[in-house]
Amino acid sequence: MDEPETPRRFRAVNLLLLLPFAALLWVPSYNRIEPEVAGVPFFYWYQLLWIALGVVVLLPAYLGSRK
Amino acid sequence: MKMDPVAVAIFLALFGFVTLLGFTAGRWRRGDLDHLHEWGLGGRRFGTLVTWFLLGGDLYTAYTFVAVPAVMFGAGASGFFAVPYTVLVYPILFAVFPKLWAAAHAKGHVTAADVVRDRFGSPLLALAVALTGIVATMPYIALQLVGMEVVIAGLGIPTTLAIPGLGAVRDVPLFAAFIVLAAYTYNSGLRAPAMIAIVKDALLYVTVLAAVIVIPAELGGYAKIFASVDAKHLLLPPASAGNLGGQSAYATLALGSALALLLYPHSVTGLLSASSANAVRRNAVILPAYSIALGLIALLGTMAVAAGVKADPAYAQGFKAFGNNFAVPALFLHSFPAWFVGVAFAAVAIGALVPAAIMSIACANLFTRNVFKEFLKPDATHREETRIAKLASLVVKLGALFFIVELPTQYAINLQLLGGIWIIQTLPAVFLGLYLRRLRPGPLLLGWAAGIGAGTWMVVQTGFKPTFPLAIFGITVPCYDALSSLALNLAVALLLSAAANAVSPRKTAAA
Repeated sequence: MDEPETPRRFRAVNLLLLLPFAALLWVPSYNRIEPEVAGVPFFYWYQLLWIALGVVVLLPAYLGSRK
Repeated sequence: MKMDPVAVAIFLALFGFVTLLGFTAGRWRRGDLDHLHEWGLGGRRFGTLVTWFLLGGDLYTAYTFVAVPAVMFGAGASGFFAVPYTVLVYPILFAVFPKLWAAAHAKGHVTAADVVRDRFGSPLLALAVALTGIVATMPYIALQLVGMEVVIAGLGIPTTLAIPGLGAVRDVPLFAAFIVLAAYTYNSGLRAPAMIAIVKDALLYVTVLAAVIVIPAELGGYAKIFASVDAKHLLLPPASAGNLGGQSAYATLALGSALALLLYPHSVTGLLSASSANAVRRNAVILPAYSIALGLIALLGTMAVAAGVKADPAYAQGFKAFGNNFAVPALFLHSFPAWFVGVAFAAVAIGALVPAAIMSIACANLFTRNVFKEFLKPDATHREETRIAKLASLVVKLGALFFIVELPTQYAINLQLLGGIWIIQTLPAVFLGLYLRRLRPGPLLLGWAAGIGAGTWMVVQTGFKPTFPLAIFGITVPCYDALSSLALNLAVALLLSAAANAVSPRKTAAA
């Protein structure tokens, strides 16, 4: 007896949530020194930047969830 | 190490203030603390902001201040996996937890095991989920105790004390940390950490700001700091033919940690004590503010390398006793005036105390509801329940002590990663159970057993280092044990569920 699933509209914005996984789990894409920013190697500042980008990709999904 | 009276005085003053706050917290938004619901969930009345503080106090812990920088200090780039880890947590939180919150809220559930019990109707599976949560949290609490221990020792408080009648007592800072923690949770339940989390955050941000401004300036800027790092530690070792090396370890540690974090009883407690599903979603958007602090604090390990604290005889004793876990205390002692050492160490100690309290309360909830009431004494009164919960929270802390004493703690982070290997095995039942109606309790239980067995075997094989070199088609792939054993767990659970459904289509019993 499957209880009736709550109707869920598919939201394309939710696909954005997959971006951080693609970007951060493919380690060879950022395991390098250049380009440095203010003496900080790419490896470090790129991942720190993703903290902010992680919020950016969440925002559309969050705004879409509020009704 | 010399004891500096100014640092000690400031440390004690801040700690005393917080303890007082903890004891008055019982009165905040008053409820009857004899009810488990009140002691353990703060009455489930926490809005977005208190939830934010609580979860922040919960997720960003001595792991952040002590364990991650220790790896950055000792092993370099590989410790930075904590940053992708905390980025990946929030999409998962956003996608899964509003649904879990709704499922729990509708039926008044407080723990993950409640939800599983209700969804699958299997007391045994719920018991497995509950016990896994309790055992997996112990090493995580152990990490918090290590964090408190290193700053107490960093203050110069002697590690061995001669007490008349008892002889020489070892590990004084550890036991001091333990007693503070135990006394303070016993009284006010979840209200104490929720209130203190606010003070903790203020101290934390002051410390982080000071650290990332003052220390790089002292050391001559970030360029100089990174230039002082050994070239082979600056990046992850590249893959060679036949071995993916540190990069696959890095990615799997990040993903495995992110999947595991939200399954811990304390994460579930924190999220279920939110007042609405929207409060949960909003938190997924605002919690990453803490990740910025985590990333910057991770770099303290790198700064400690640049500051050359390891070669400084003043800290030799600390490094001898605590290994690389002493990197951050040594860096603070090296860089800050005595009074600010007091502030910073108090931030670290309180930052360990709050999550350790929340973790042990969550485990206590779990034990009381899903083990004690379910199997031992179904007709327990509210007062009895709360008493048992308080006792259970003590037992959990003793378990944590056991892990510190028995396991190698060269890197404290391995304690947290060990907990991850166990807790992640509840993912199929807790998370997938929300989505996949075809999963069956028997196969889930077998999958859980396979995952726990394989994960534990791997971590013991490697001397409690959390990655195991898998051989896949002749290529060596170092992988976090949590992720590889979860794959086995999922395979067993899904395949056997499919087989069972094929042989005997599900009975249409009422849910």
